[in-house]
Amino acid sequence: MEPLGLSLGLLALFVAFGFMVGVFFGFFGMGGSFLVTPALLILGYPAPVAIGSSMAFVFGTAVIATMKHHDVGEVDYKLGALMFVGIALGIEAGKVLVYGLEAIGRAELVVGTAYVLLLAAIGGLFVRSALRTGSEVTDDSSGDGNEEEIPEIATKIKSYNLPPMVTLADGSKASMWTISGVGGGVGVVSGFLGVGGGFIRMPAIYYLVGVPLAAAVGTSLFGALMSGAVGAFTYGLDGVVDLGVVTGLLAGSALGARIGSAATAYVDEDDVTIYFGVMLLLASFAVALGEFATWLEMPILDTMSFVLLVGSSAFVTVVIFYYGAQAVRTNDIDPTATARGDD
Amino acid sequence: MIEFASLSPAVQATVLLVVVLVEAVALYAGYGVVERAVAPPLIETIENA
Repeated sequence: MEPLGLSLGLLALFVAFGFMVGVFFGFFGMGGSFLVTPALLILGYPAPVAIGSSMAFVFGTAVIATMKHHDVGEVDYKLGALMFVGIALGIEAGKVLVYGLEAIGRAELVVGTAYVLLLAAIGGLFVRSALRTGSEVTDDSSGDGNEEEIPEIATKIKSYNLPPMVTLADGSKASMWTISGVGGGVGVVSGFLGVGGGFIRMPAIYYLVGVPLAAAVGTSLFGALMSGAVGAFTYGLDGVVDLGVVTGLLAGSALGARIGSAATAYVDEDDVTIYFGVMLLLASFAVALGEFATWLEMPILDTMSFVLLVGSSAFVTVVIFYYGAQAVRTNDIDPTATARGDD
Repeated sequence: MIEFASLSPAVQATVLLVVVLVEAVALYAGYGVVERAVAPPLIETIENA
């Protein structure tokens, strides 16, 4: 019996992995996609299938996150729409790059290597952030929390009147070149790696376009929706999206995201950030092992790589549940916590 | 893989998007019902454990 074209074991695996990815997405607001493509690569899916399926998964999770945030999120739809052309062209460029590498037999190697670096960089940032939080006294008067302020670099970029200029939802003006550049740049990364790209789009909208932080988060989510839709459509044109994989992952992640989001009311993020950072570093190592498995023709490394990726994800999920259960028992609830799953 | 060989690639890709969209909406709504039914007794059980 092979529902959705997958064996029952493989389908269960995707549901379980999707669940863990969903917990991270709901709890940390990220991790929704940049674990999926590497997992599919390690399982032996060709790069275009892994990336295309991941883009369709991004679209599904972005739809769910948008429904969750539709009445609380602040979104600059005009800016999102203006970024669309850049995103579409960027994703197409990313896809052309993937197929170009596929034609010379190097797609899995290059995409895998890019993921080794990406996961190591993000994991390193999380670990550094966790270590800093642990060693520094929190200073609430640092002035970092004003969501209406825009950074100095954005003000400087906005001061260059490079036409055509457009008026944003907050009344300020931005060059269409900056907006298209941000959309195109993030689109290339999305199309090449199969990620939503929120981890670079949100900072780019805030620091380069100069949208206030609260609106930057919501607008980035809207951007993920468009990236996912365009990416899934673009790769779907070539018939490389595996709907069985996407369905299994979505079935698990939709549930996991609800639980992860609910856990933010109980679990202090600072308690588990270090585990998430170390997990991303291990994921980076796992992808590297997968690359060595192919290079050295040692299938045992592939198995180790997969066990490491799934095992570390399962461990962090259990840690979040453990802290959550402890907080529920002691009735330690943070009433100010808000739902995550931004992008 | 999606097997809609008789359809054009553009139609296949559009159908794919619609299917994922419907799946996402159905999962969001379905798990919402499950959450409302299961979460309160589950939290109570953990509190009393």
